[in-house]
Amino acid sequence: MQSTPGVEIPPFVEPTLGSPTVAYSEWRLIWRSFRQDKLALIGLAIITIFILGAIFAPLLTPYPEQGRGDPNILEKFKPPSVTHPLGTDYLGRDVLARVLYGGRSSLSMGFLVVIIAVLIGVPLGAIAGYLGGWVDEIIMRTTDVFMAFPSLLLALAIASALGAGFTNTMIAIAVTWWPWYTRLVRSQTLSLRERFFIEAARSIGLPGHKIILTHVLPNVMTPVWVQATLDLGSAILISAALNFVGLGVQPPAADWGNMVSQGRLYFIERPWFAGAAGVAIFLTVLAFNFIGDALRDAADPYLRRT
Amino acid sequence: MSDQILIETRRLSKYFHPRQGLFPSKRGAVRALEDVNLTIYRQETLGVVGESGCGKTTLGRVLLNLARPTSGQVIFEGQDLSALDHNALRRLRREMQIVFQNPYSSFDPRFSMFRSLAEPLLTHTDLRGEALEQRARELARQVGMPEDALSRYPHEFSGGQLQRMAIARALALNPKFIVLDEPTSALDVSVQAQILNLLRNLQRRFKLTYLFISHDLSVIQYISDRIAVMYLGKVVELITAPSLVEGQAQHPYTRALLSAIPEVHPEEKRERIAMPSKAPDAARPPSGCSFHPRCPFAMDICAQVEPPLEQISAGHWSACHLIHS
Repeated sequence: MQSTPGVEIPPFVEPTLGSPTVAYSEWRLIWRSFRQDKLALIGLAIITIFILGAIFAPLLTPYPEQGRGDPNILEKFKPPSVTHPLGTDYLGRDVLARVLYGGRSSLSMGFLVVIIAVLIGVPLGAIAGYLGGWVDEIIMRTTDVFMAFPSLLLALAIASALGAGFTNTMIAIAVTWWPWYTRLVRSQTLSLRERFFIEAARSIGLPGHKIILTHVLPNVMTPVWVQATLDLGSAILISAALNFVGLGVQPPAADWGNMVSQGRLYFIERPWFAGAAGVAIFLTVLAFNFIGDALRDAADPYLRRT
Repeated sequence: MSDQILIETRRLSKYFHPRQGLFPSKRGAVRALEDVNLTIYRQETLGVVGESGCGKTTLGRVLLNLARPTSGQVIFEGQDLSALDHNALRRLRREMQIVFQNPYSSFDPRFSMFRSLAEPLLTHTDLRGEALEQRARELARQVGMPEDALSRYPHEFSGGQLQRMAIARALALNPKFIVLDEPTSALDVSVQAQILNLLRNLQRRFKLTYLFISHDLSVIQYISDRIAVMYLGKVVELITAPSLVEGQAQHPYTRALLSAIPEVHPEEKRERIAMPSKAPDAARPPSGCSFHPRCPFAMDICAQVEPPLEQISAGHWSACHLIHS
């Protein structure tokens, strides 16, 4: 080794880091932007009210047994009043109690569908993107098959094949939903794979599954949470549609979808009980969209409010 | 002599096949490496220089088995890497590490520096708890970083600081061999010099062997003992650093690269060898000597016969028809 003549090598300098910068985690930045979005906060409030209402339904209504389905024929078709703030339905059940209990079914259906879709779709997307080759080919062609059908139609077909019921409907919707997450995560993983820290992990000798778990998944999840929030509304809407046509939870149990279905025959003269369930669906879907939109903007450094 | 050899490659080739779609491409495979025979001696620095796309990064990746060679062998301390099973290869990863060109994407943004340094140690050693933290602090000190750097995240560092940490990570398992893939090209000049000196000090201290990849001949001259000049996947000249500095390079390509180094003294004028246009497509290499379309000294034979890499003097090999004429 020789030094090039004429080139002075500066003496070794101990690097200084300066005063510590406040390390903002990504989620903290997202929250700082999110909380400035009024619509998102309204959405968050609506969802919180519906979730608390569903959880504490037995404490909030004087008619919990009607909420679960017991008829009370003598009181049927009562318009909204002090005793029944949202009136009663065609079997005399308190509509507020039905809406609260129906929220248990509709909201949990929405959350479970998205959770299952994320649990299936995200790992498959990470594997497809990380491994590439024929594994990628098989996984992505499978998603193409699922995405070729309109999701409502496919869910309808699967649910009717499996038979009505909460679990079967949930499975049917989740099956139509996971490919979207696979696509999203795969594309994220493809761009991540070009970063050197993935190669550094490989050169250390870290096995593939560990690289996916510790380096790939944590770095692709932010857009997944945004998508999942937006999808909660859509999942509730599709589950309401399946409940409307008689798949999903069976009467006398309440669900916003089957409440609209039962109330549609009386809607012209007595709009309150179909209307109440319809408004509940409308508000939750709208609220999830507000939250999802704000999250999407907040997660994007270019759109983020500061 | 043979126990002084750390790594040897035998007719090492790596082709990249263009993705076959519905309609097969007419392009052939890209020959990133073709019949490369190199010997790397213990504790030396072998510089690899060449334009972008000449296969120098691929050479580093294939040596570390991060990419599988299409044909040929990599022999590390007498063991043929292609003959090793999965577990033996993983154990061998301790012996060879890499430092990348871009320090900003070399670290997982969600990992603290401690976690990044601990990762290789957790994978290959039994160090845990206090011993692990001690080792991480020691590594930080060895590359001239303060210990409190360990609790910080990649976005809090400058490029030079990150490159120091990347070197620390490469040192974590006490490797014998480190591929330095353009470790200074993303840094500004004063930081470059610091990193180069750090690498030299570490080499002496830990008896390391380097493969130093760069497109910058002045950097390569400074750090290397021997220099391999690559062109379109082939080694066209192999020369010791002192002979290169003394101007003994024979291959027109090496001489053209040398003439492109900016002059330190503005009055000194040097012959500037201009190369027409850019390098040809590696998927369609020219016939004969692949440099002939750009070579100012091209003869008739150059377009027909590929010149072999021949020894000119001790430690100096060149692949050019000019040597004989």
